[in-house]
Amino acid sequence: MSDILVDINKMHFQRGGRVIYDSISLQVKKGGITAVMGPSGIGKTTLLKVIGGQLYPDSGEVLFQGENIHQMSRKRLYDVRRKMSMLFQSGALFTNISVFDNVAFPLREHTKLAETVIETIVLLKLEAVGLRGAAHLMPNELSGGMARRAALARAIALDPDMIMYDEPFAGQDPISMGVLVKLIKELNSALGLTSIVVTHDVKEVLTIADYAYIMADKRIIGAGTPEEIRNSSSELVQQFLQGNADGPVPFHFPAQSMQETFMGTKS
Amino acid sequence: MNWLISLGASTLSRLSAIGNASLMLWGALFAVPRLKNISLIIQQVYVVGVQSLLIIIVSGLFIGMVIALQGYTILVNYGAEGSLGPMVALSLLRELGPVVTALLFAGRAGSALTAEIGLMKATEQLSSLEMMAVDPLRRIIAPRFWAGVISMPLLALIFSAIGILGGHLVGVDWLGVDSGSYWSIMQSTVEWDKDVINGVIKSIVFALVVVWIALYKGYDAIPTSEGISKATTETVVFSSLAILGIDFVLTALMFGIN
Repeated sequence: MSDILVDINKMHFQRGGRVIYDSISLQVKKGGITAVMGPSGIGKTTLLKVIGGQLYPDSGEVLFQGENIHQMSRKRLYDVRRKMSMLFQSGALFTNISVFDNVAFPLREHTKLAETVIETIVLLKLEAVGLRGAAHLMPNELSGGMARRAALARAIALDPDMIMYDEPFAGQDPISMGVLVKLIKELNSALGLTSIVVTHDVKEVLTIADYAYIMADKRIIGAGTPEEIRNSSSELVQQFLQGNADGPVPFHFPAQSMQETFMGTKS
Repeated sequence: MNWLISLGASTLSRLSAIGNASLMLWGALFAVPRLKNISLIIQQVYVVGVQSLLIIIVSGLFIGMVIALQGYTILVNYGAEGSLGPMVALSLLRELGPVVTALLFAGRAGSALTAEIGLMKATEQLSSLEMMAVDPLRRIIAPRFWAGVISMPLLALIFSAIGILGGHLVGVDWLGVDSGSYWSIMQSTVEWDKDVINGVIKSIVFALVVVWIALYKGYDAIPTSEGISKATTETVVFSSLAILGIDFVLTALMFGIN
């Protein structure tokens, strides 16, 4: 059996007339942590939604365990989605039910387990993310970092094969960020998961990733192990890693020349 | 030329919106109800129905009182104040019960449904349901849809009943119309199938339309605070216009041709 879990082949995607991906290809290896990095607004979240079958590419194919996600029947897609999980940037917890019920939600929807068994599973999952004591709280009583950890507990409730993390470190204080980095790494090895981490927090993710892709300008501009990425000779990659304000990715959004804008003449 | 292009574009976008709304309705109507979903429907009946009771009861009472007062001042000129009972009852059962209930329902429950679904979309809760392999149409939309369709006819009947009592309060207890004639002429005039059932049919149709508009507007809202505010407003405006327009058509079909 192939050790590739997700295989994206020459995928082209556009939205509202704007091209988001111009024929990109990437592979996610089973059992590893694959990082997809890139500046904000490049469509990293969109990539996860395409893999999850929520959005359809214009051309190219996205295979999950060798099956084309976008050619499946709805029923098959729902079956496949039970094997994948996604941690949304906001956590996306259901705000009208407690943390406990949020984590129990997928179990109650998809299994016929007795309530006592569900309670044990939920408390164990919450223990794994350090929130067993917060089971009775409502989502609006949690801090941003805690909400994300609670959502992570919900994401692993059904023991998926793969988790997709959408900007897991965005807007986190250093401690929460450290906790999340540790959790992603530990859960991945302890549960035998495959993880895709989409982020722009380069330093954090490169410490745990097995393989990384850097996206910019509708394409993949760099790929390799964290070591290879750090030593890349590409100016674009280096600009991204070092966070330079100007470089191949320009500081200015494309616009008319200054002369043209202010003087009404062409230079 | 530009206006022609924009006319075409807006027609196309409207058509595609109607198509999307129909697909959503189809999904909600035919989401096979599971045993688990029954409790979700009951929960929603509480939210959209039971929690609307107060506004329905108070409005029904005052509207019944006003009709009795207005009716009395006209009927008494012809010595026909004995017909106050059927006047109040028929106005409420045929028209005001279903229509005013639907308008109040659109404002009270319809706007809340749109805002709730819109915010669920904005906070990625609908997306996360999809990713958990749970169909949002079945889990979120369908229970709300059916709860609305169940609640509104009941609310309209309660509205009419309270209105008739309000009419009694003003007409009989205050203005001195004979209580016996208020009730007995009402009983002999109001027909079960023509008046009561037609009123219920009207409110079922209004319920379908209001809940459909409210849910679709929420589901289709642009997930920003501005988008949700716009969607909520549109729910109330579109539902109200739809109710009044459809009411005329239904009245013409039910009562217009003898």
